[in-house]
Amino acid sequence: MSARAPGQGRGLAVQAALLCLILIFCVFPFYWMVTTSLKTQLIALQEPPAWIFSPTLGNYTEVLFEDGVGRTLINSLIIAVSTTLLAVGLGAPAAYALARFEFRGKKDLWFWFITNRMVSPIVLALPFFLIVRHLGLLDTHLVLILIYLTFNLPIVIWICTDQFRAIPYDLDEAAILEGASHWRIFRSICLPLAMPGVAVSAIFSFIFSWNELMYAIVLTRNTAKTAPAMAVSFMEGYNLPYGKIMATSTLIVVPVLIFALIASKQLVRGLTMGAVK
Amino acid sequence: MSSRVPKRTLFSFIGPSILALALVGIGPLIYAVWTSLHFFNLTKLRQVEFIGLDNYAHVLTDPIFWDAMGRTFLLLGIALPLQIAFGLGIALLLHQPGIGFLKTLTRLALVLPMATTYAVVGLLGQVMFNIKYGVVNQLLGFVGVDPINWIGDPANAFYAVVFWDVWQWTPFVALVLLAGLTTVPPEIEEAARLETRSWWKVLRYVQLPFLLPGLVAVLILRTADTLKLFDMVFTMTRGGPGNATEFISILIQRVGFRAFDQGLASAQAVILLVITIVLSQLYIRVFYKEVR
Repeated sequence: MSARAPGQGRGLAVQAALLCLILIFCVFPFYWMVTTSLKTQLIALQEPPAWIFSPTLGNYTEVLFEDGVGRTLINSLIIAVSTTLLAVGLGAPAAYALARFEFRGKKDLWFWFITNRMVSPIVLALPFFLIVRHLGLLDTHLVLILIYLTFNLPIVIWICTDQFRAIPYDLDEAAILEGASHWRIFRSICLPLAMPGVAVSAIFSFIFSWNELMYAIVLTRNTAKTAPAMAVSFMEGYNLPYGKIMATSTLIVVPVLIFALIASKQLVRGLTMGAVK
Repeated sequence: MSSRVPKRTLFSFIGPSILALALVGIGPLIYAVWTSLHFFNLTKLRQVEFIGLDNYAHVLTDPIFWDAMGRTFLLLGIALPLQIAFGLGIALLLHQPGIGFLKTLTRLALVLPMATTYAVVGLLGQVMFNIKYGVVNQLLGFVGVDPINWIGDPANAFYAVVFWDVWQWTPFVALVLLAGLTTVPPEIEEAARLETRSWWKVLRYVQLPFLLPGLVAVLILRTADTLKLFDMVFTMTRGGPGNATEFISILIQRVGFRAFDQGLASAQAVILLVITIVLSQLYIRVFYKEVR
């Protein structure tokens, strides 16, 4: 393969050009988001759009210190971390049971867990709104933490079941002969070995929760408002503050992107694990 | 490979998950069915009354509902083939031997669109596709295209949505197919390449069977995600102009929370749920038999 055939140089040049094109296509919107966030409103509304300008951090100080975006970022963080911990805490044992125990209705249960991921959130948003309003729990962190379980729990169960199945059963058998309980085996043997899968499912669950908008705008108003819902609330009125919207967007997206890049190997594995099997 | 255990042990492992999902998944669903059988308007809560299947009758004969449904599947029908075509191209490109550094960089860049907050994608759409201040029209201007009213014109807004859907999800398809390509045993692939110089024949007869499971998963996940599509469209067009981008989830949100007719919206939601379940059953029946 490594021997250079004639014409390979040109092939490589074409490949490089195509790869660069893909790179630019993927990254350009982020470039535009960040540069727009550094523009004053006057420059942002220039026509045609300005590529070269003197950047300012004014939008960031304004959204963080005057509009309260900082607080919504903290809300998003609290909600995403809590729901992730809850999903892993509930989902990992369930995944272990699905991978290890034999019981009636296992297939149906599995299908039900997974179907939850397919259901459009609007289906649940309507009744959830009415119930939560009735209970006086609108605009609380708890409500979002709970409802995000509807998509996080299936993801955790899906990925972790796969992971537990990959651990040799001999280990369990040996431990059973030693007289260990199932919980003991789960905690001391299988869970540590399944950590890669658990971590991947936690990352997914965090990213999905951090990014969610629809439940957030339906179920929160002020106290528990998340950052995406905050970004949307800048959209009201005619003279849209593009710089502020993009500054808020950047604050929302950049942490997730850094997170995703660091864990990119595991993320791709998690995405494709379910898909290829 | 697995064992029978006492009911109590089993329940201690799996019970909490079942209870949690029943609490946040099934409970509300039952309530939605109840709501859907009533006249239930948030602005006229004193007049809540049982009206049987009237809401359902209304939805099933409502052109607005079926238009939104049709639009949703039209989006899937346009975006998914594009995603698969581009995704396959990217996967094949990355699978080829070549400049390792650039390939690694591209693979990293592919992770970014998928992880991006959907709502932010829509906001970016507003900024970049703006008729006056948008960079898209500026770039098109460089190649001699007159400014296009992307967001404001019903005929174009739909394609702005298609564009972002393709931008965000082609990388996912590419990575899934790339993973499929790496499962082809190298010796088989090399033997095939000695037999023929046609990349198409290699793809069709050698690689395709290994790509099928990934393609099926992409089809299922993209169908589900298109039926769910809300955040990006809501932040970019709010379903407009008119109802040019009113996809099914956007429609239900509008009826339930902007027209306040929770009864009707619940009936729409229940019908959407039935369609989702039937589709996913169908997919699993049809494809998983073949694949497994």
